[in-house]
Amino acid sequence: MSILIGRDTRLVVHGVTGREGEFHTRQMVEYGTPVVAGMTPNKGGQTAVDGRVPVFDTIAEAVEREGANTSCIFVPAAGAPDSILEAVGAGIKMIFCITEGIPALDMLPVVEVVRQAGARLIGPNCPGATSPGRAKVGIIPGSIHRPGRVGVVSRSGTLTYEAVQAMTDAGIGQSTCLGIGGDPIIGTTFLDVLQLFAADPETDAIVLIGEIGGSAEEEAAAWAADHLQGVPMAAFIAGRTAPEGKRMGHAGAIISGGTGTAADKIAALEAAGIRVAGSPTEIPEILRAAGFREG
Amino acid sequence: MKIQEADAKSLLVDQGLPVPAWEVARTPAEARTAAERFLAAGADRVVVKAQVLVGGRGKAGGVKLAGSADEAERVAREILALTIKDLPVRKVLVAAAADIVKEFYLGAILDRASRRIVVMASSEGGVEIEEVARVDPGAIHRVEAHPLLGLPDWQARGLAFAIGLGGVHLRAFVSIAHGLVATMVADDADLVEVNPLAIVREPDGNGGAAEHLVCLDAKITLDDSALPRHPELEALRDLDSEDPADAEARAQGISFIRLDGSIGCMVNGAGLAMTTMDLVKRAGGEPANFLDIGGGARADKVAAAMRLILADPKVRAILVNIFGGITRGDEVARGLVEARSVQDRDVPMVVRIVGTNAEEAGRLLTEARFETAASLDQAAAKAVAAARAVEA
Repeated sequence: MSILIGRDTRLVVHGVTGREGEFHTRQMVEYGTPVVAGMTPNKGGQTAVDGRVPVFDTIAEAVEREGANTSCIFVPAAGAPDSILEAVGAGIKMIFCITEGIPALDMLPVVEVVRQAGARLIGPNCPGATSPGRAKVGIIPGSIHRPGRVGVVSRSGTLTYEAVQAMTDAGIGQSTCLGIGGDPIIGTTFLDVLQLFAADPETDAIVLIGEIGGSAEEEAAAWAADHLQGVPMAAFIAGRTAPEGKRMGHAGAIISGGTGTAADKIAALEAAGIRVAGSPTEIPEILRAAGFREG
Repeated sequence: MKIQEADAKSLLVDQGLPVPAWEVARTPAEARTAAERFLAAGADRVVVKAQVLVGGRGKAGGVKLAGSADEAERVAREILALTIKDLPVRKVLVAAAADIVKEFYLGAILDRASRRIVVMASSEGGVEIEEVARVDPGAIHRVEAHPLLGLPDWQARGLAFAIGLGGVHLRAFVSIAHGLVATMVADDADLVEVNPLAIVREPDGNGGAAEHLVCLDAKITLDDSALPRHPELEALRDLDSEDPADAEARAQGISFIRLDGSIGCMVNGAGLAMTTMDLVKRAGGEPANFLDIGGGARADKVAAAMRLILADPKVRAILVNIFGGITRGDEVARGLVEARSVQDRDVPMVVRIVGTNAEEAGRLLTEARFETAASLDQAAAKAVAAARAVEA
């Protein structure tokens, strides 16, 4: 079992008839992902991706008719929070929101509704997830992966591709690669994902790719220090050279208990025994030095 | 986006918060007229405050008191001549100097970790809250607003009691705390700070004095993602506080931050853009900018990004790093070839394109004789070497 997505995934794509939606749905279908339905209001009865994906007016219909259990959202920012709520309303428990640019305050009630429904939201502003060789949800290029036993979690998009490509080039495969999203308010944090990887029998090692801002990396490091001893890990933090104060005022850092700088995050990770790579290309050797062996 | 104190105060007033009257002056004469009005209305003195988007205005000489209209005009002239942390002072705020009894801190912020609006209060007001957090973190009290129900009164009262604001000012405090949260929601702010929130003594009209709780200073940061739905707030943008290139970048949908180095960077994706800067530094160079062309960028956007980078005379070499996903490598390569054909300044360029349509991109780049690189590490090293060769 990989985490979050896999052979049991039955995906419905919100905004499947849009330019982005259709392009990436095609990629997901070609990768072998079970895309069972698409949804665009008022386009019910049509099909997408050369007739391979039936389109419905509502997510509830996609659930009822095609047994959709996972949703992927490509709706523009103004409509994306509503899309998440529609998925929750239809009983979907695994929701990926790719959309970027959603106002942060719009997400506060949405994240709470998702939590109360016992659903999981990945993103927004995330690239999605891949279970290499099985399924991919979102926009991560399928070609960079190799099936294996390392779980990858990241706040970034293209930086994740860079790190995964470096692993694949070095012969290190992945169990699941997941981008949790770069927005301030996201549904699933590093800590949540570390817990899922820790419980996944197919994941033997973990790569965490963070960046400046907030304190999610520090919280993940503290948990890893207590619960992931003996699990080979590697990390990378983007933004060592970023100018301070460009992303967030200091008041945010105060209550988070840190300043959100790369130096703080690197110190927290290293204090937890996790080596931080100076370049994504160093991740494979750090994993091996931490005791990871393929197969 | 940060906005100036006077604009932040207007947003608080819009939500019904008690903010003593102020006027904005662009010239010493306007400051004099404003001071005359406040002095005529009974103020003993006026305060003149520089309107610039940096902290530490007081220490930089940007906040002064005046006891007469003449003096107000003089201090306004001095302040309007200042440049504080590289920002020219173009406006001053003039207000009656408050008779402060006690100062507090009150702030509402969007907290990533709890995914809530958090309201913070402290009895240590009027000083930098970062300093309070460092020296005496126990002096900062916080409550979380409910994501569906908002801030309940009992929590606001709890904050009031925690900072010693029970009694006659309790109701006013609760109302102000609600007002901060209302301001956040109405304007899509991620930070609304009142520092100081102050008990001030004002004439009661019967020869005596009454004490009121008022917002004496205000700081608001707006969520950039929400600005498209608040055109009236976009108009508050302080163009002095940003690089002229910022406006062009915004118009093109490019994230751009100018830095001090000599190696221009063009990258797709924010995390990868930061990483590219980090690797330039690691290779012994200094990045000239952060630039994320965004997902799915086409040739015209690439050309615009190139103009932004080349507008910086410090740039000695350019590093282009594209990991194609949504972005197609051949589109970027075409944009680069086009951009180079029209640019008037020849700067060495190292291009690395991988992912979607990278082979076609490689063919185009080789044909156009671009310097290419296989890995990001190699690209950074080549760009640093190219910049050194130009400088030598």
